[in-house]
Amino acid sequence: MTSDTRSSEPIIIDIENITKDYVMGEETVHALRGVSLQILSNEYLAIMGPSGSGKSTLMNMLGCLDTPSSGRYEFNGRDVSAMSDDELAAIRNREIGFVFQTFNLLPRADSLRNVELPLVYAGIDPETRRERAAHVLREVGLGDRLHHKPNELSGGQRQRVAIARALVNDPSIILADEPTGNLDSKTGDEIMTLFENLYQRGHTIILVTHEAEIANHARRTVRLRDGLIESDDGGFDGIKNLPVEDPLPADAAVY
Amino acid sequence: MKRFLYELTESWKIAVAQMRSNKTRSTLTALGVVIGIVAVTLMGTAIGGIQVGFDKSMAIFGDDVLYVSQWPWKPVDDWWNYRDRKKIKTEYAEPINRIIAATPNSNLVIAVPTSSLLRSVKNGQSEVSNVLIRGTVSDYLITSTFDFKEGRFFNDVESRGGANVCVIGYDVADALFPSESPIEKSVLINGQRFRVVGVISRQGTFLGLFSLDSIVVMPLPAFQKYFSAKSDSDILVKVKDKTKLAEAKDELTGVMRRARGLPPEKKDDFSINEQQALKSTLDPIKNSIAIAGLFITGLSLFVGAIGIMNITFVSVKERTREIGTRKALGARRRTILLQFLIESTSLCLLGGFIGLGFAYVMCSGVAKAFPSFPIQFSLGLVVVSMTVSILTGLFSGFAPAWSASRLDPVAALRYE
Repeated sequence: MTSDTRSSEPIIIDIENITKDYVMGEETVHALRGVSLQILSNEYLAIMGPSGSGKSTLMNMLGCLDTPSSGRYEFNGRDVSAMSDDELAAIRNREIGFVFQTFNLLPRADSLRNVELPLVYAGIDPETRRERAAHVLREVGLGDRLHHKPNELSGGQRQRVAIARALVNDPSIILADEPTGNLDSKTGDEIMTLFENLYQRGHTIILVTHEAEIANHARRTVRLRDGLIESDDGGFDGIKNLPVEDPLPADAAVY
Repeated sequence: MKRFLYELTESWKIAVAQMRSNKTRSTLTALGVVIGIVAVTLMGTAIGGIQVGFDKSMAIFGDDVLYVSQWPWKPVDDWWNYRDRKKIKTEYAEPINRIIAATPNSNLVIAVPTSSLLRSVKNGQSEVSNVLIRGTVSDYLITSTFDFKEGRFFNDVESRGGANVCVIGYDVADALFPSESPIEKSVLINGQRFRVVGVISRQGTFLGLFSLDSIVVMPLPAFQKYFSAKSDSDILVKVKDKTKLAEAKDELTGVMRRARGLPPEKKDDFSINEQQALKSTLDPIKNSIAIAGLFITGLSLFVGAIGIMNITFVSVKERTREIGTRKALGARRRTILLQFLIESTSLCLLGGFIGLGFAYVMCSGVAKAFPSFPIQFSLGLVVVSMTVSILTGLFSGFAPAWSASRLDPVAALRYE
C-alpha cells in the first residue's frame, strides 16, 4: 500500500502531546509525559510496553475512560479532553467497543442480555436490541449459545460474547486490553483469528498487550516506555517516529 | 424519554435478579422494613380507630343541638368567673319555648331541660354504682337520638305527672336483669322504686372513658322530687338548620338573656355549647397522640431503612467491577444511580407488601377478638404504606447509589 491510500482513510483518533499525572500520597507520578499519536480508520494497532510504561494509562485515554492532564485529544474530530463524565459515557457507548482481559460479563445475564447492554444505554428499543444482539452473536460463532449464562460457557466463548458486545453498537474502534491474557494458547489463537477477520471486514482494532506474539497480529506496533512513545513502526507505510536502530517487525513489512 | 424507560426496565430486571440470587440477605434486610411497616400500619389503624370512635362519641351530642350550661366546654383560666354564675334552672325551658313559639322564622325548634347526677341503681342483691340518673321531659327524644332494645320512652302524661317510671341503659339492664326482660320490673334508686318502661340499645363509650350505657332516664318532676339537691342542669335546644348554627346561637343567647332578665350592660352568665366546640378542644389532644404514636413507630421503620442502606452499600462494593464495566459500555451517572435506587426501593416495596399483609391479618384478628375496639383498615392506609415504603427505599438507597454513580470507571474496572 502507498502512503496515499493510508492518508485517504479518515483520522479517528488524534492525540497531541498528552500527559497524565497521578498524585499518589506525597509524590506525583507522570504516567504519560507527552504522547502524540494518530490512528486512522481500519488500522490494526498494537500498543506494547512493560508494566509501568504508561500503556494502561494510554489505553484509558484512548477508551475515553479518563481525561488527560494536558494535551489535545480529538475523537472523530471532537475534542474529548474537556468532556464531562456523561458526554464521555456517550462517546464510549457509541464509538468504542471494549474487550477486557477478564471478559467482564454480567454473571447472571445470558449472552443475549450481555450483548444487548450497550444498546440499552443507547436507547434502542427491545426488539431491535434482540435482533442486533443475536446477529452479532451469530457472527462471532455463538448462534447456538444465545441463552447461555457466562458460567455455562468456556473461556473462549465468553470472550466471543464480550467481542460481540463490543461490536453490537457498530463502534469506530475496538479496544482490546490483553484479550487473550486469560485464555490458553489455542483459544487465544482463535480469538486472534476473529480479530483478524474483523479487521479484514473494515474494523479498526487497538490491542493493548505485553506479549510480542499477540502484537505480531497487528499491522502497526506502538511501544511505550516511561510514559513516552519509544517506537512506532507506522503501520502500512513504515516510518513514523521510528528510531533508526529499531527494525520493522517481520509481518509489518508484508503489508 | 424512551431511553429512560429502557434503563428503568433494565434496572428493574437487575434488581429482581439481585434479590433472587441473594435470597437470604434480601429477606433479612426486608424484614426490618416489614417490622417497620407493620408497626406504622397498626399505629395508623389504631389512630383511624380512635378517630372513628371519637366521631362516634361526638355524634352522641348531635351536631344540631345547643347546650345551655353553667360552664363552657373548654378549659378556662378564669374559673372563678364561672363558679359564681347562677345555676341553670330547668324552669328556663318553659319561657324559652314560649319565646321560640312567639318568634317568626326562629332558628330554634325546642328547648328540653335535663338534670343529672350519679347514683347507684339496685335490683334485689344486684347493684350498679355511678349510674348517670337523668331527669328530663318526653321531648328529650327530639334532641337525643337513640334506639330502644325493648319497650319505649316515657310518654307526655308520665313526663308531666312525674310518674315513677324510667328508661334504663344497656349496661344497667345487663347488670340488673341478666336473664330476664326488665320491662315492667322495678329498680331501686335512693330507696325509691321506679318501673322500667324501656331499655336503650347499646351506645358504646364516650372516648373510651365512660360508658354511655350506664344511664337511667326518668321524668323530670320525679327526678326533682327525689334528687334535686346536687344535680347539674342543662337545657338542650334543637336547631332547625345546622348550617345556621351561628345564627341559632345568637338567637338563643338573646332568648336566654331575656329568660334570665339580664340588663344590657351585664355579661352573659351562662354558656352555650355545641359539639363543634368540644371537638376543637379535644382535637389537639387527639392529634398529639397520633403524632407521638407515628413518631415512635416511625423509628422502627427508620432502623429498617438503615438496614437497606447498609446492604445497598455492600451491594455497590461487591459489584464495583460490574459498575465499571457498565460505565465503560456507556452507562451514565444517572443510569447507575437509578439502578441502585431501584434495587433499594424494590427491596423496601417487598418489605412493605409483606408488612402490609401481616398488618392486615393482625387487624382482622383484633377486629374478631375485640369487636368493640374500633379498628380501621382502609385503602388509604395501603396507599400510604406503599408510598412510605417507596420513600424509605429512595431515602436509604440514595447515599450508596450516589457513591456508585460517582465511581471513576478506571478505578472501578481495576477493583478486585
